[in-house]
Amino acid sequence: MVERVVLGHGGGGSLMQELIATELAPLYSDPAQLDLDAATLALPHGQLAFSSDGYVVQPLEFAGGDIGKLAVIGTANDLAMVGARPLHLSVSLILEEGLPLALLRRLVASMAEAAAASGVTIVTGDTKVVERGKADGVFISTSGIGLLVAPARIAPSAIRAGDQLLISGDLGRHGLAILAARHGLALEPLPSSDCAPLWPQVKALLEAGITPHGLRDLTRGGLGTALAELAASSGCDGLLLETELPLAPGVDASCALLGLEPLHLANEGRFVAVLAAEQAARAAAVLAPWGARLVGDMQQPVGVQPQVRLRTALGSERVLPPFSGEMLPRIC
Amino acid sequence: MTREPSAVLAELQAILTRPWTLMEVCGGQTHSIVRWGLDQLLPDALELVHGPGCPVCVTPAQTIEQALELAMRPEVLLCSFGDMLRVPAGSAGGTCDLQQVRAAGGNVRVITRPHQVLELARRQPERQVVLLAVGFETTAPAVALLAEQACALGLSNLSLLLAQARVVPAMAAIAAAPERRVQGFLAAGHVAAVMGHGELEQLAMRQQIPVVITGFAPLELLQGVLACVRLLEAGTPRLHNAYAQVVRPQGNPAAQALLRQVFAVADGPWRGLGSVAGGVLQLRAAYRHLDARVRFGLSSPIDAPERVCLEPRCRADQVLQGLLRPSECPSFGTACTPHHPLGAPMVSAEGACAAYMQRSGRHG
Repeated sequence: MVERVVLGHGGGGSLMQELIATELAPLYSDPAQLDLDAATLALPHGQLAFSSDGYVVQPLEFAGGDIGKLAVIGTANDLAMVGARPLHLSVSLILEEGLPLALLRRLVASMAEAAAASGVTIVTGDTKVVERGKADGVFISTSGIGLLVAPARIAPSAIRAGDQLLISGDLGRHGLAILAARHGLALEPLPSSDCAPLWPQVKALLEAGITPHGLRDLTRGGLGTALAELAASSGCDGLLLETELPLAPGVDASCALLGLEPLHLANEGRFVAVLAAEQAARAAAVLAPWGARLVGDMQQPVGVQPQVRLRTALGSERVLPPFSGEMLPRIC
Repeated sequence: MTREPSAVLAELQAILTRPWTLMEVCGGQTHSIVRWGLDQLLPDALELVHGPGCPVCVTPAQTIEQALELAMRPEVLLCSFGDMLRVPAGSAGGTCDLQQVRAAGGNVRVITRPHQVLELARRQPERQVVLLAVGFETTAPAVALLAEQACALGLSNLSLLLAQARVVPAMAAIAAAPERRVQGFLAAGHVAAVMGHGELEQLAMRQQIPVVITGFAPLELLQGVLACVRLLEAGTPRLHNAYAQVVRPQGNPAAQALLRQVFAVADGPWRGLGSVAGGVLQLRAAYRHLDARVRFGLSSPIDAPERVCLEPRCRADQVLQGLLRPSECPSFGTACTPHHPLGAPMVSAEGACAAYMQRSGRHG
């Protein structure tokens, strides 16, 4: 008989205490936290960053990650994107009745590992169980605080025409891994998610004396959408050079087959940095070990509204729109 | 063979003596042209008009309405390719799509291969699993194989809501139209890979129009354009295969045999074009029991005259025939956008209107 989550695991009684003590304890670096209604934290002096995100993904486990890893790394990465060192997270789990305990154990282990890799500690949390059919296996909500380390504010208002665009690594891995898993696509090579902490790269930039004018992780909607948002809020066009864009192996061909725009595929371990022109080459050198590339620049807008333009390998130009709606593979 | 895009463009410029209008038939080609900005690179004297080769765009409104109706039945699981989910259908003023039906509790499953439907039907014997089988000769062999396997396995809970269209008859209708502007065709390479040279050769001969089998990559498209202009300038309206790395003269005989076994050619509706002689496939008698229209008592599209477009502000009929550029439509980018499409060409990854919107960068 497979051990499964039952409604009583969320009932607040001894069954729940048992679940927390045996299954969820590995999340917490300090087991004493389990006995408290709220975490008490000794924080370093300075400004704090605070972020929250909900995670729903199917399948729950995929090549290169799972929903637990995503939930920890995603929120830690959001903190890194304002120049903050991620410190502490809360983890709320909504479990569906019938979830195999073995799967929950794998997700908990994965969250603990991701927390260690991101340099954060999980200090508080919550667990609820809902009836079968009321949730898709597991929903996870995480919130996190981080210490602001960047010497200047990293926000789109700092972006100027002439700033250079840097991509922190190759693009499209996470989105393609999820699509392949969801639609049963037998892609070769099998794509694996790029889910990884971004703070080490941001920290490397800051330690080299480089403060980006803009930082955005390239999650849902991909580079196309992130850059369109930066363009809209900065009032500048983004110009991307297609020949410089590092697509992960297989992304181009798979997207051509499925009728998808590779620059709309989600990434979970990549960001775009908008950099002062004089700092761009140095930033690229600092992040070279991660596969970073300079891929374009910000310009005075050519149209009525700021937009992202893409210069193709043939020298023609097209507009790269932000992603809209649902990613639906095409017919033939 | 010329290998560099710039060299192809230079040769085009050199041999061009007058303006020509070419139609790329396939929506995949249209998107590639817009995606790579090829129309910006071609000489001004060359005009590319966009053809009807988008299966989502030409699926009759009545078929989509039937799909919407089936998806709402509690016993039905309706399977569809992803880009059919947003095609609007229904009465004017009250349009609906499969995405909305799904949100309202309808059973809609996105699939990428017809074979997945077989698995779903086997795993859910209590469900009636229906494939909205839309497409051209490229998807038809996979649908034919599915029908054959469903028969062999005796699956009684699998059926096909068929809208399989044949591309060459639609090209013939466009070429024979009195208002024809098109002087040469870039034929869809993937359709030719299945069907071979035969039908296209006849089309070129009967209509005295150059037809060039063309691929989808930027260089392949430019080579197709160059081959077509060569034929036009030389006054030799015949078939040329500029995609010989993929297309053999005989096509794919195994796929053709399967198509003949399962399907019969019929006159039938294309959305936007009306009834096209020989333009659709229907199931042969031995497979008629797999016809979802028979199983659920729905009317046959072949009996019903196709309404050209449900939405009076949509000019998809003219766009699909190459008579109107998407950007010349009064609703383009105003009343009709990818978020709020009035017609199918604004929806599909292969639709000409969606391709133009993408280039313009607008989406709201």
